Amino acid sequence: MSKPLQVTLPSDREVRVVRSFNAPRQLVWDAHTKPALIQKWMLGPPGWSMPVCEMDVREGGKYRWRWRSDEDGKEFGFFGEFKQVNAPAKLAHAEHYDPGDVGGAMDVSEPAIITSEFVEANGVTTLTVTMLFASKEIRDGAVSTGMTDGMEMGYARLDETFKAQAA
Amino acid sequence: MRSDLRLDATFAALADPTRRAILARLATGEASVAELAAPFEMSQPAISKHLKVLERAGLISIGQDAQRRPRKLEVKPLEEAVDWIERYREIWAANYERLDALLEELQAKPAKRKRK
Repeated sequence: MSKPLQVTLPSDREVRVVRSFNAPRQLVWDAHTKPALIQKWMLGPPGWSMPVCEMDVREGGKYRWRWRSDEDGKEFGFFGEFKQVNAPAKLAHAEHYDPGDVGGAMDVSEPAIITSEFVEANGVTTLTVTMLFASKEIRDGAVSTGMTDGMEMGYARLDETFKAQAA
Repeated sequence: MRSDLRLDATFAALADPTRRAILARLATGEASVAELAAPFEMSQPAISKHLKVLERAGLISIGQDAQRRPRKLEVKPLEEAVDWIERYREIWAANYERLDALLEELQAKPAKRKRK
């Protein structure tokens, strides 16, 4: 059974994703830092593959990720630099969006800071990914056109609203 | 309205706790302005302001009864908002489900080798 995925907006400029895994911390860390492993799971929307995954995982080291649509060959990606590497507990990188031929309205001048924290307890590793964007506008643009604090109300509460409505 | 602009209006309307509470109340059935104002320590004009925002976002409409003018919930824009969040969530969820499978595989491998 897969564990629940939590998505919250802790501040105007952040998105936080929390997820637990039935695996020791070192393994979850490896799956986030070894390209051969990353390319097996970080595939994004259905119908996309990850042909480019280059990572020099050390402070100041660079990385480059690119995804390609199986359907029309269009590509987009991210690239940037590792800011903090504290294996297997904490990884922080500065991330630039590479619109490729997919485009997107995101301002690419300012990187987002992505911090991943890995905490293990009783054989379960909890991963907390916090994405800090340069501005609220960029964050909203990154997640979609038009997301605001409204998302904070959470899916669960909206689901309840629908259930009540349907009943 | 363009769907992204409509999402803007929906999310902006949902960003306020009073408006969310009003929607939650309306999810249980239509209600007059006075009935909606009752649980809040707010004047009817203040509540009416919130109702206007919700109305403009298409989240509520005014029911048949000309005297009571009950407000009722419009589900479609909420569904669009949830669909949108859900798409974003699904990408992460699918990635992490693949990671679950990979982690399981990685943990199974050393055991296999030992058995041989």
